[in-house]
Amino acid sequence: MHRIEIRLKNYLPDARGLGLVRDIADLSIKSVSNAIVTDIYYLGAELTKAQLDLICRELLADPVTQDYQFDSLSDEAKQAGNYVIEVAYKAGVVDPVEETVMIGLHDLNISGVKAVKTAKQYIIEGKLTPKQLETISNKLLVNPIIQHVIESGHFAFAKNPKYHFKLNQIDLLGADKAKLEEIRRNYTFSEIELSAVRDYYLQQGRNPTDVELETLAQTWSEHCVHKTFKAKITYDGKIVNNILKSTISRVTRELNKEWCLSVFLDNSGVIDFDGKWALCFKVETHNHPSAVEPYGGAATGIGGVIRDPLGTGLGAKPILNTDVFCFAPPDFPQEKLPKGVLHPRRIFKGVRAGVADYGNRLGIPTVNGAILFDERYLANPLVYCGTMGLMPVEMAQRGKHKPGDLIVLVGGKTGRDGIHGATFASEQLTDESGSVSFTSVQIGNPIVEKKVIDILLQARGRGLYRRITDCGAGGLSSAVGEMGEETGARVDLDKVPLKYTGLNYAEIWISEAQERMVIAVPPEKIDELLRLCASEDVQAAVVGEFTNDRQLKLFYQGHQVADLSMEFLHKGIPQWQLKAVLNQPKYPEPDFAQPRDLGDSLKDILGSWNVCSKEWVIRQYDHEVQGGTVIKPLVGKTNDGPGDATVIRPVFNSDKGVIVANGINPKYGQIDPYWMAASAIDEALRQIIAVGGNLKQVALLDNFCWGDTRKPEMLGALVQAAQACYDMAIVYGTPFVSGKDSLYNEFECEGKIIAIPHTLLISAMGIMEDVKHSISMDFKNAGDSIYVVGGTKNELGASAYLETKGLIGNSVPKVDPARAKALMDKLSKATEKGLVKACHDCSEGGIGIAVAEMAFAGGLGAELNLKSVLLAEKIDRDDFILFSESNSRFIVEVTPGSKAEFEKIMGDVSIGEIGTVNETNKLEIYGLNGCKIVSETINDLKEAWQKPLRW
Amino acid sequence: MSKAKVLVVRAPGTNRDGEAVFAFEQAGAEVTLAHVNQLIRRECNLFDYQIFVIPGGFSYGDDIASGKVLANELKLKFGKDMLKFVDDGRLVLGICNGFQVLVKSGILPRVQKGETPRVTLTNNDSGKFECRWVYLGVNQKSPCIFTKGMENMYVPVAHGEGKFAGDLKAITEKNIAVYYTDEKGNRDAGYPCNPNGSVKNIAGICDDSGRIFGLMPHPEDHILGTQHPQWTRLGAKKYGDGLPIFQNAVKWVKGI
Repeated sequence: MHRIEIRLKNYLPDARGLGLVRDIADLSIKSVSNAIVTDIYYLGAELTKAQLDLICRELLADPVTQDYQFDSLSDEAKQAGNYVIEVAYKAGVVDPVEETVMIGLHDLNISGVKAVKTAKQYIIEGKLTPKQLETISNKLLVNPIIQHVIESGHFAFAKNPKYHFKLNQIDLLGADKAKLEEIRRNYTFSEIELSAVRDYYLQQGRNPTDVELETLAQTWSEHCVHKTFKAKITYDGKIVNNILKSTISRVTRELNKEWCLSVFLDNSGVIDFDGKWALCFKVETHNHPSAVEPYGGAATGIGGVIRDPLGTGLGAKPILNTDVFCFAPPDFPQEKLPKGVLHPRRIFKGVRAGVADYGNRLGIPTVNGAILFDERYLANPLVYCGTMGLMPVEMAQRGKHKPGDLIVLVGGKTGRDGIHGATFASEQLTDESGSVSFTSVQIGNPIVEKKVIDILLQARGRGLYRRITDCGAGGLSSAVGEMGEETGARVDLDKVPLKYTGLNYAEIWISEAQERMVIAVPPEKIDELLRLCASEDVQAAVVGEFTNDRQLKLFYQGHQVADLSMEFLHKGIPQWQLKAVLNQPKYPEPDFAQPRDLGDSLKDILGSWNVCSKEWVIRQYDHEVQGGTVIKPLVGKTNDGPGDATVIRPVFNSDKGVIVANGINPKYGQIDPYWMAASAIDEALRQIIAVGGNLKQVALLDNFCWGDTRKPEMLGALVQAAQACYDMAIVYGTPFVSGKDSLYNEFECEGKIIAIPHTLLISAMGIMEDVKHSISMDFKNAGDSIYVVGGTKNELGASAYLETKGLIGNSVPKVDPARAKALMDKLSKATEKGLVKACHDCSEGGIGIAVAEMAFAGGLGAELNLKSVLLAEKIDRDDFILFSESNSRFIVEVTPGSKAEFEKIMGDVSIGEIGTVNETNKLEIYGLNGCKIVSETINDLKEAWQKPLRW
Repeated sequence: MSKAKVLVVRAPGTNRDGEAVFAFEQAGAEVTLAHVNQLIRRECNLFDYQIFVIPGGFSYGDDIASGKVLANELKLKFGKDMLKFVDDGRLVLGICNGFQVLVKSGILPRVQKGETPRVTLTNNDSGKFECRWVYLGVNQKSPCIFTKGMENMYVPVAHGEGKFAGDLKAITEKNIAVYYTDEKGNRDAGYPCNPNGSVKNIAGICDDSGRIFGLMPHPEDHILGTQHPQWTRLGAKKYGDGLPIFQNAVKWVKGI
């Protein structure tokens, strides 16, 4: 074995080292003067010095910027007083760099290298106590879930373990009460579920095998079948039978839009784009893995959702990503961090890096998202990742395979990674989760996924398969189990290509190793498919075939290890019976006096974590790749204003576009989950209108993240929110096409339960006839008029303004969907006619924040008069008018020449001309009594907004 | 007259191939997209084409270093063909990852056998991948075929390892084809106008003949007027600033 060190030439600035010194300083350790980060490669081979020189010179080191040495330690590492920490991946964690190094060695004609492992060596200069060193190591350098510290040079390649087949049967039929309870817990069944399973095996007259129970547990997991949403719920004296059917999908059914091509059936929801192309969209969550390993968890989150469009219909090309994160505030005190919980700043940085590294490498623009902060996300951060795909309209329907078609696994090899991810995702985290759940966390390999996408889109074009699905949560068990529901399937588990030896048949079956897709290939096409995959070095293996006996049969080395009825697997799960109650908390009403100068209040809100600029994150995502971004996430005179929605032109030769938007405001949920959901829908739609879209063809996605819904008050909140989804969407005429939920987001620490706020993300896609009608939110011309469109109410409950005062209040913003729709329709008409120069969604922070953002994004000043704001109810305080978060409002810029026509089109909609754009470089606002209440330069406002996340 | 024939090569992780194909098609060329394996296995003949393009992306994940593994494949598997292709008087364009590949394979600037490369593209000074729009000035003294007649352009960058660095004696002033400027064309505007800390604000270089051109920014992402980040302020032109790069190349091979 050889060890190679690659490091920057010592006269060059080391951005990684400097970054580490900054991060250490953030831990309040100020005694570190310098840090050096060195890349280490361990090669499992005996090589000559000449060979090693060749490898270093030609492959691993850049001769201009880097030095290398092998089989010895650098002077810096040996120097007394320097601290050396070398961090390697644990055995079983597959690092994507290994594969690339192997390719590079092969290109250099170096053979005989059996294994490659990478590591990082950190040399820290300065005086540290052992305790400080440990803090640096634990908080910054090592994630014990996947990594460990090794002594430099003392590294050993893991031995490949052997596996000898032994069938494992579970004595379910002979089990006593205690044993039954153990089985129930091992496989995370509920009591009625276990009893149904037991009845099935009684009928079969035999005991189950372990892999059969694993298959049932996975197929029946909350993550995969949404038991809570399908449950029979007793609520408020009434029975709600299946929330999904009675609210969310009911909207779609009743609206019955002909442009909805495939809804709630496939891996993502599909709508028509232009008669020739179809668009599909899916948003997933990857919360639990991101809590314990932010980088890997988030990377595999985005990697997983990208495979949803790829596994929809006959396969769609991913064209954009969205991401929405919820974290605890980055300034959360280190010392208050519960045991087993990573600091929110580390989670934030890791998640951002994971999403960016994966999405950027795949060449999918990340164009829309949001980041929200609340202390209750401390132990349960939320990571929503979405992907939209584009496919020919004739490929939009889920494929139909035939008995005899071969089951082909395409893409990554299978390892022990992600085992029990589906059931892990459906469980509560504890402070032990970090140590027990390591197999649930994986490191993604984006290039394998890119290769899979490239090859499958070619195979799709050549008609080489009849059906496709992704291998996501639940692995092969889920993919083959679902595909084979109507036919039956047999799989030879020993034919699955493995990353390393030692996996037993059950692990192979349920592994959630990433970057895998399953396709159904007609036997006559298999040679062509395998040739195609080989031409681009993509792994493809025939692992079984679809049958016609409606049984799921699994074999390992010829031994049958499972024989399950598809009927029982998919239909045998008993419906849950749950209780829900409504719990409406009351908070103290605000009783503070109006501040004299609201400029400071404005800056406080602009600088709050939720409102402040997220440019630091957005810039690190590639939002230009594929060349389709027409309205970008950052807009304005210097490309740094907060755009509302994003507009994409998915087909270069057409002017037709798609708008992507999202609505989310968990703060409102602490007052009322119904109005939270209504507000989220209104917000997503407002953003679509704000960039020049309309409501004619808008589809919605729902993603619920909730606490433990086995608690009646949690479930009551969920029922309320789902009801609002129906009540709003039916009036707006916007069907739901896909959705997902993540429940049990609670954390137990020292006997205390922390539940996340009820969080509903509404994602929206809207079709736009001509992208050239898009508008952006930045003010354009001095002299233009500023209107508030929509009436303002005294709705400060859970507002950004009250939050800066440490208050919540009770007057949560409500929605009148019929009025809102009429308003939006009229505003769209005005925009289409070119009468609107700029338009901004009025959301967190109300009129004050929206106008401030429009001003500094456009590099222009503005003068406003609050007397001209049209009030829908009496408000006698300037601050409440300025910062009310009433829904269905927009700030609109109109040139003087267009005012008459604009006002005519708006008709009976409440609008108020509140001021004008000017070149003063200042935002000046006059209150109800004519006094100046805000006078701030746009530079100061922008600085307040940009400062918090300028990392 | 027959169309100019362009070969766009892709490798595992290439991701801006679609835009490169579109840009050359808009410029009137006939474009073929081929996998690098097809070139290595000689299923695709380089010499059927007049323009060879390595587009942007993360070839082989940019593991080890950006473009390194693909650069080695280029050099070791069909390096001789590459050099012959160039010496025959044809055009080579490397964008972003493609530029990194050209530099690290010793094609641009040319590194003779046995010599050590003297320049490279390395980590941005900011230590981050960044996606932002930049202003480029065109060096009027450069013989670059691709930028002929152009003065400046506004195009996006999207990279983490785009800092041009090393011993500048490896090139001369005329090899600097494009450089970062501010909105007004000033060359020493600093970060973020120069988004990566490149020495002398170098954004792209060409060889002495002007036929090999590599640059970090993405002209292929500004072909249409609505790709401009401020078209809603300034009005949408039909075509973007990047198109002339591709038109120049096509014009040149057609001998116009």
